Amino acid sequence: MSSGKEISYPTDLKYAATHEWVRVEGDTATVGISDYAQDALGDIVFVELPVVGMELRAKSGFGVVESVKAASDVFMPVGGSISATNDELANAPETVNADAFGAGWMIKISPFNADDLAKLMDAATYKSKIESGEIH
Amino acid sequence: MDLKRTPLYETHRALGAKMVEFGGWEMPVQYKGILDEHRVVRTAAGLFDIDHMGQVRVTGPEALAYLNFLLSANFTDMAISTAKYAVMCYSDGTCVDDTFVYRFSDEWMVVINAGNRDKDIVWMRAQSAGWNVTLEDVSDEFYMLAFQGPLAEEILQKVEPFDLSAIRYHQAREFQIDGQRGILARTGYTGEDGFELFVPASHGKHVWDAILEAGKDKGVLPIGLGARDSLRFEARFALYGHEIDANTTPLEAGLGWACDLNKNFIGRDALLKQKLEGVKRKLVGFEMLERGIARGGYEISVDGRSVGTVTSGMPAPTLEKNIGLGYVPPELAKIGTEFDVIIRGKPARARVVKTPFYANRARGK
Repeated sequence: MSSGKEISYPTDLKYAATHEWVRVEGDTATVGISDYAQDALGDIVFVELPVVGMELRAKSGFGVVESVKAASDVFMPVGGSISATNDELANAPETVNADAFGAGWMIKISPFNADDLAKLMDAATYKSKIESGEIH
Repeated sequence: MDLKRTPLYETHRALGAKMVEFGGWEMPVQYKGILDEHRVVRTAAGLFDIDHMGQVRVTGPEALAYLNFLLSANFTDMAISTAKYAVMCYSDGTCVDDTFVYRFSDEWMVVINAGNRDKDIVWMRAQSAGWNVTLEDVSDEFYMLAFQGPLAEEILQKVEPFDLSAIRYHQAREFQIDGQRGILARTGYTGEDGFELFVPASHGKHVWDAILEAGKDKGVLPIGLGARDSLRFEARFALYGHEIDANTTPLEAGLGWACDLNKNFIGRDALLKQKLEGVKRKLVGFEMLERGIARGGYEISVDGRSVGTVTSGMPAPTLEKNIGLGYVPPELAKIGTEFDVIIRGKPARARVVKTPFYANRARGK
């Protein structure tokens, strides 16, 4: 599936079936899209993010990631209030391809609904579901 | 439905391709990345597996008359070993498919789109009733490859014994490879100079490997369908299912140049009527003035009123602009006219611009 590179699945993160990852630090959840997702999308050319202060429920769309070929929605892995967005992505959307789990983060949610975390997958489950084709 | 695979499927996987479904086929959409692949074709050369395309051989005493009846272009004065673009229309003037027709000394070959192959062949056979012609689906006899880009001739010359510079734009040459017939033509779908090759099916991988090897030091890459689409889009080549389909006519799509309304062909009367009355919509190219990327299927509107539809849209890699093609009423087709494209419920301003977005260097050859 990859373009010669191994897809990475950091074990300190939680994953949604729609390919977003969550990193929890205190009462803040940082969200981006997985390495698998950025690889599947290919060259990312545009990222549309919500305004800070917006309240969104889990599974509702918070933005759009566009590659050369297509526009894809990205969804809230956990509900809560958007406390920050990664404005760097406006000028450098390719950062999502280069560093999906780091500089390619998209939003911070704070406070977030901790109950929603239970519905997310750990890295091993997410990886196995992708490899078995259960999610794609 | 089981997807069909070309014989190079495993080769593509080994090259790191991502595979997608296209027209019933599982094809590489990208290897290294669409942007890199697109740039390589514009600046060096790239190799495409297009074996999903179909080829129909037409022979018989009435082959010429039949093709003149079946297709929009006039083949009467066409030279031997040349290729010509033509649209296959229904009697109401809408499009069955778009095709490339090759003339050889004792046969014709019609190249058709992968997704339309079965439908086209049924249609072509049905229309052949009463004509003294033989139609053969030779898609499996030939392996079809494209090698496109400004360095295509120089690199391909390393593996071809005959003089490629003698093959001009839209000319073809037949050759023998291990006693089997092959065809090489200066044609393409990228807006660059380059060639399309029809090699014996058994030689597909051999020729693929030989071209990649010959172009290694020039940065040649295998190119997937993603860049094939962005390249054809910048050069404003129609893609069936987007710019043309069974609801659009070649006149609306700006393909009137491929239609000889002075001869009788299926759809001619409807097109003649449409020409006399004036088309109700026209395909135009536009550039986004506001942030946002237009995509096929998005609505075009003026003052909140829907007036048309985007057929293809994307960030054009060579132009580094967000551009699109779409149908609008003729009064909105003039260059400089502004309208809105509705992107996720919100209007974004766009302006009609000249097409092709990227000037077709191949045509000068």
